[in-house]
Amino acid sequence: MPTPIDRDQVQGLLAEGAQLVEVLPQPEFEEEHLPGAINIPLKTLDAETTRRLERERPVTVYCHDYQ
Amino acid sequence: MSPRAAWRLESIGFEQVYDYVAGKADWGSFGLPLEGTKGARAGEHVRADVPTCRLEERLREVRHQVSATGWDTCIVVNASGVVLGRLGRKALASEEDVAVQAAMTAGPSTVRPSITLAAIVERMQSQKLTSALVTRSDGRLGGVLRRTDAEAALEAASSDPSLSSQGREGQ
Repeated sequence: MPTPIDRDQVQGLLAEGAQLVEVLPQPEFEEEHLPGAINIPLKTLDAETTRRLERERPVTVYCHDYQ
Repeated sequence: MSPRAAWRLESIGFEQVYDYVAGKADWGSFGLPLEGTKGARAGEHVRADVPTCRLEERLREVRHQVSATGWDTCIVVNASGVVLGRLGRKALASEEDVAVQAAMTAGPSTVRPSITLAAIVERMQSQKLTSALVTRSDGRLGGVLRRTDAEAALEAASSDPSLSSQGREGQ
């Protein structure tokens, strides 16, 4: 079950080497994103597009807000 | 959207999945750095050394403390740093000796650190404001953005695009 986390926990996980994924469409990602994030839009999220993620490391996903 | 993405990742086989549900709106509203083409943000140029005071303090004492700092404004905050009001030039020039809460402008307008420089400069120019009060999404004071600082930073960013393509933490 995915774990909801807050801003401080995001920073803690990043410090420990977690991967960060923005799932918004590419234009919104290019406009602004968290440092170090990669973009895999929700509509394209599958086994193929997530190959560049390491399964052994934590993954944090985010979008704009509570939408 | 991110909860669906998190569950989708789990269905693909990822076991350590976290969901930052408040997202980049929350991140930016706390003045944390963002990257991208949107442009430089106010939070990078906010002055955090603006003087602050409490509701119950006496205006005379606050006036004395503020004048020593060179500022012409003082932000009224509570014990948690949440903005409750603002003492402007007029209030600070007053000879009255009342409690701060009787002299302050309550509920002053604020902006978030994540507002772009272009947007806040346009607002300050159109409303003839010399500064903007910056708060985080929990109401805590971030600082004050001076229009002269914002205009200079915007001009620098327009002449050097690299300055507007990467966020920097300024608080």
